[in-house]
Amino acid sequence: MTASRLTLWLLFAPFLAWVLLLVVIPHIDLLILSLREKVAPRVYETGFRNYADFITSSVYPWTLFRTVAFSLVTTAVTFVIGFPVAFYIAKVARGRRRAALFLLCLLPFWVSEIVRVFGWMMILRETGLLSGFLQWAHVTSGPVEFLYNDAAIMIGLVYTSMLFMIVPLISTIDGLDDALIEAGYDLGGNGVTVMTRIVIPYAMPGIMAGSIVVFMLSLGNYLTPTLLGGKNGQWFTAQIYNQFITRFNWELGSAFGFILLITSTLVVWLLLRLSGQSLSNTLGR
Amino acid sequence: MIPSIPQPRGIRFAYGAYVALFFLYMAAPLAVVATFAFNDAQFPGLPWKGFTLDWFFGTERPKIGLIHDRRIVAGFFNSLIIASCVTALSLSVATTTAYLFERHSFRFKELAYMLMLAPLVIPGVILGISILVFSSTIANFASDTLGIEISALRPGMFLVVLGQFSFITTIVTLVLAARLRKFDPALEEAALNLGASPLTVFRTISLPWLRPALIGSGIVSFLISFENFNTTLMLNGSDAPLVITMFDRMKEGSTPVLNAVSLALMLGSGLLGLIGVLVQRDRGGN
Amino acid sequence: MPDFDLDCRNLVKRFGTFTAVDDVSFSIPRGAFFSILGPSGCGKTTLLRMLAGFAAPDQGDILIKGASVLRVPPNKRPVNLVFQHLALFPMMSVTENIAYGLKRRGQRRAEITRAVGEVLERVGLPDAGPKRIDQLSGGQKQRIAIARAMVLDPAVLLLDEPLGALDLKLREHMKIELKQLQAEFGTTFVYITHDQSEALVMSDTVAVMNAGRFEQVGTPEELYYRPATAFVAGFVGDANRLQGRVKAVGDGRTAVTTESGLELIAGPPSGPVRTGTAVELFLRPEAIACGGAPDGAGNRLKARVEDVLFNGAQSRILARLPSGDSIEALLPQTGAAASLKRGAPVTLGVAPEALVLFPK
Repeated sequence: MTASRLTLWLLFAPFLAWVLLLVVIPHIDLLILSLREKVAPRVYETGFRNYADFITSSVYPWTLFRTVAFSLVTTAVTFVIGFPVAFYIAKVARGRRRAALFLLCLLPFWVSEIVRVFGWMMILRETGLLSGFLQWAHVTSGPVEFLYNDAAIMIGLVYTSMLFMIVPLISTIDGLDDALIEAGYDLGGNGVTVMTRIVIPYAMPGIMAGSIVVFMLSLGNYLTPTLLGGKNGQWFTAQIYNQFITRFNWELGSAFGFILLITSTLVVWLLLRLSGQSLSNTLGR
Repeated sequence: MIPSIPQPRGIRFAYGAYVALFFLYMAAPLAVVATFAFNDAQFPGLPWKGFTLDWFFGTERPKIGLIHDRRIVAGFFNSLIIASCVTALSLSVATTTAYLFERHSFRFKELAYMLMLAPLVIPGVILGISILVFSSTIANFASDTLGIEISALRPGMFLVVLGQFSFITTIVTLVLAARLRKFDPALEEAALNLGASPLTVFRTISLPWLRPALIGSGIVSFLISFENFNTTLMLNGSDAPLVITMFDRMKEGSTPVLNAVSLALMLGSGLLGLIGVLVQRDRGGN
Repeated sequence: MPDFDLDCRNLVKRFGTFTAVDDVSFSIPRGAFFSILGPSGCGKTTLLRMLAGFAAPDQGDILIKGASVLRVPPNKRPVNLVFQHLALFPMMSVTENIAYGLKRRGQRRAEITRAVGEVLERVGLPDAGPKRIDQLSGGQKQRIAIARAMVLDPAVLLLDEPLGALDLKLREHMKIELKQLQAEFGTTFVYITHDQSEALVMSDTVAVMNAGRFEQVGTPEELYYRPATAFVAGFVGDANRLQGRVKAVGDGRTAVTTESGLELIAGPPSGPVRTGTAVELFLRPEAIACGGAPDGAGNRLKARVEDVLFNGAQSRILARLPSGDSIEALLPQTGAAASLKRGAPVTLGVAPEALVLFPK
């Protein structure tokens, strides 16, 4: 039995080092730093001033709200667009076609996010393809700027998140026995009731897994809102970046980081509660 | 609905058209980027000024191709080093962790599992700053009290590796654990029963079983590392990886050399990804 | 020390408060085919895993060829196991599977090739070597799994319900083949199963296991004709069951009144009974003479055919007695059967010895 205890510890040690040194302790340190107030050069006190600064500011809470709301909308839009496609790949397409479509879904996501965003910039900007096409078709007389607005951010976020919605959806819907759908029809259901009573409840773990990942990715995204939203695209991660890199105010930045972490945890927890799922049965499958 | 249930032709057609449209949306930005890599213009975009390969191989200003652009080449090699380190590290730790959770029971296993999953639900930017803060705390402590400057703990390649490793390992662990779950433990017992030592069992039975998942998740972690932006942004130093270099260029406004780099990335990662899919499919079956 | 290949003494294995194996002792002579028969959950798999070394007994000792193996890890024990689902390595060819154990022993390549060829010959698959496992049929996999274990020439071969995954026809066939293989190899087999027919057909000795204990150890004939406990009587073979009380005990005869009021003369009781003792009676369908039973000291029961359950040579009638009991009896393979239609009256002749009785 001692040999198996030794094995257990040998397996446990790398896991512990990873989770403690790179996840748990850094976040505790982040919390400590966020509670530190600078009273004079190199003199610090413990307190909630950084958090108070956040709450009393006219800009920061609004940015956070905007970011969360946008991320939720992104998640919903991604689901609405992606679900029919996932269902098509999992249940309608067969054999080689199905494999090819699945691969086609994956392909864009093996490419860096920066390339994908770059593509949308080339399409949407004033001198870009969309504007050029509209002028060529005489819909508009001059160049039109489609970049640097909220819609552009949304297009980019949905695009960049799509895979993370579709793949878990495909894998759960794939597990749904066709006979259940047939039984639904056999017992007098129609397309709508079969979808809402059978398919969607069955796919719930996949839906939640996809939604959580998409929400997290949008909330924590910096690249897409910054490049596609420009100065108008106030995203909370950009505030964190500013505090850390531009203003070198790590204390306030840490507080922002913690606020974002708590917000995201809260939203994820709410989503799980509302759908009756748990973290390990959605992500940990 | 599914093919066994008859549907009006109109609906079937509309459904098919929707899916086609979706893939058009998926392909559009990539196709645009790729096409304009060959545009003989100073600026990525319209108008089309003719075909050229200068953005790949050009040597003279202003048309310096990607293979002669020093910052891009340096970024590429930095990314290569980082991705290799992250892949090797995360594969090793994920293998032991997958075994830990699939084969052993211990107290607080539920809690440990939640902690293992946590990096997936922590925004990348925050993973980045928390590691930045913690490593600076240690580095400051070392230089203030011991008078030693640990440069590895200042923003740079080492921290980027740690930051990416911290969440990629979770992904790899999930892949390997799923593969391990499908493994019949009787195979290991059979090998023991036939006289193999535990280490030999691992080498001759378990490892061959895990191999497709190891290769597949290795490729995935390489790709994720190579393209990671959010965590990397917070931790990178003077030796910036390729995506950061590209980001800086993009903000400054750049020549179509960016399109050329993008196309090269597409081809490279597409190829790697395909290999990963094929490897997993080949023997992924049973 | 007699020629025992395997000797187990007072084995006990507990999981928490549950005792999976409860004080089991047995010894198996060299070259025997020994089966452990029991319902699922009776502890037989735990027992087998202790023999293979995958579980350690809490008490007792296991001796193989006279030496205790408790401290010998599974990879060093001179026993080999044919797993329930065979556990053939899917990433290796048939040859590599069989050679696996030989390689671990560090045998030379030429030797391994020869041994693999030989054992493939013996299991009747001389050309299967280069095949992949998923190219084999169920029966072939079975033989390869046995070959993989037998090539190591174990002192004892353990088999954990290896026929369970096969379809009925193939299972019948493999039963005979396994017995022949065992005779040919001359190795001691310990065979675990919940299927009584497998155990009865193949074994020299069968141990019937229930709730962690051995109920009876004996030849198949002994188990069938002289069950030692009510559990064995009910588990081995089919039987009609009746509940009743002893009315009188005589010389080699016991008079019983069933709960339904039926008066029966049974054989000698297995266990102490007095007048008034509650007992359970077992009656095999094939021990009942339908119609034309000769007169004698036996029971003659008037009944009505309720249904005919046709199953070829195994066809039965379901007879309802006036007392309300229903009895299954084997349909005679004679002309008399023709008259046994649904609703027809029938007389069931039952010899006292055919009624086996156990105190409850």
